[in-house]
Amino acid sequence: MKYLDEYRDVAIVKRYLEKLHRITTRNWSIMEICGGQTHSLVKNGIVDLLPEKITMVHGPGCPVCVTPVELIDKAIQIAHRKDTVLCSFGDMIRVPGTSGSLLKAKAEGANVRVVYSPLDAVKFANQNPGKKVVFFAVGFETTAPVNALSLLQAEQLGLKNYFMLTSHVLVPPAMDALLQDKESKINGFLAAGHVCTVMGTKQYLPIVNKYKVPIVISGFEPVDLIQGLLKCVDQLERGESKLDNQYARVVNKEGNLEARRLIDEVFEVVDRSWRGIGVLVNSGLGIKEKYRHLDADNNYKSEFAGSVEDDGCMAGLILRGLRKPRQCQHFGKLCTPENPLGAPMVSSEGACAAYYNFSYV
Amino acid sequence: MCLAIPGKIIEIQAAENELFRVGSISFDGMLREVNLAAVPEAKVGDYVLVHVGMALNIIDEDEANKTLDYFRELDQMDNEPDNDDLTD
Repeated sequence: MKYLDEYRDVAIVKRYLEKLHRITTRNWSIMEICGGQTHSLVKNGIVDLLPEKITMVHGPGCPVCVTPVELIDKAIQIAHRKDTVLCSFGDMIRVPGTSGSLLKAKAEGANVRVVYSPLDAVKFANQNPGKKVVFFAVGFETTAPVNALSLLQAEQLGLKNYFMLTSHVLVPPAMDALLQDKESKINGFLAAGHVCTVMGTKQYLPIVNKYKVPIVISGFEPVDLIQGLLKCVDQLERGESKLDNQYARVVNKEGNLEARRLIDEVFEVVDRSWRGIGVLVNSGLGIKEKYRHLDADNNYKSEFAGSVEDDGCMAGLILRGLRKPRQCQHFGKLCTPENPLGAPMVSSEGACAAYYNFSYV
Repeated sequence: MCLAIPGKIIEIQAAENELFRVGSISFDGMLREVNLAAVPEAKVGDYVLVHVGMALNIIDEDEANKTLDYFRELDQMDNEPDNDDLTD
């Protein structure tokens, strides 16, 4: 497939790896932000082929993993309403809330429907005017334009039965928080390519300047990731800290202005609670006043306030890059994708699921 | 969640409203309808990056080729002569 196969070329990957081994002389910890990058690194065996001096630290870029337990509990409550269908991305429905997941709720008779796109949820709402349809909108900047578009489409169609439960988060505030964490030892970043496709490269310059840390915006295929690492390690070895873009085939300085216009029309920056990390100031998106009538938060009140995390799960440490999945006593034993204690074992972007599915246990 | 894959625009359907502009996109032969609201300049034959039913950007072919031409930069990086350039 064009634009995929050539970036999975084993010969190129081998050449890049040889170079990487040659130029690496000191210990470096490099964080890949996005869970999609984590999965590609582990699935393709790249983490095991890197120089010993390079430690990959897996970042918090898994929206399903950082969605707070309170919102999952709220989604479950909404799904149990007789007049409502809760639509969600597939990843989200197995993430444990305080007592069970959306999948368990579905088994108990709740109206949970997996959709590929929020635009499909709008179509479903249009076809079923007698039902309220709530889309569980989780995601980073990559997913914000399509979620915004779904609200605008619903508005345009005059739908009175489409709502959104929003848990949108933003990457730069999370990077800032990670770099302020005294326990963190991150020397450089591979930034998330698809987030930058939407938002552009320039919003990372303040982080580069403030912390003197190299940031290389990278793609997701093996050639992309190793090239990103080469660009990052080359800077580190030279004592430089610059913003670089490995993924220029879809990422430019300003991002996609049309997509950003959609986001700005519907969303505003708000404080968000990140599961395992806590509340980060200005770290998420919420629905603007103008569209508040489509906000599920406004239309469905929480009936209890007793959300509790499973205390056996160290997801917070995993998401902050302070522990690796195999350092958890429950990994692969009590906690598996079939019976997850925490979100990183569920999601197709979670670090624990990556190690469980593609590496040895 | 941020998974996005490249596909080729086969057909663009007429839409009364730009929010509903959709195209038929081929993912290695498998066709799916994708919203094109964020890529108004996209035309049939372009490759776009698709995320949960929406095209996020048009793929820049020149930049894509440059990524694969990276060996030249690598040679400058460690000043080693390199005779087996794979990009030739």
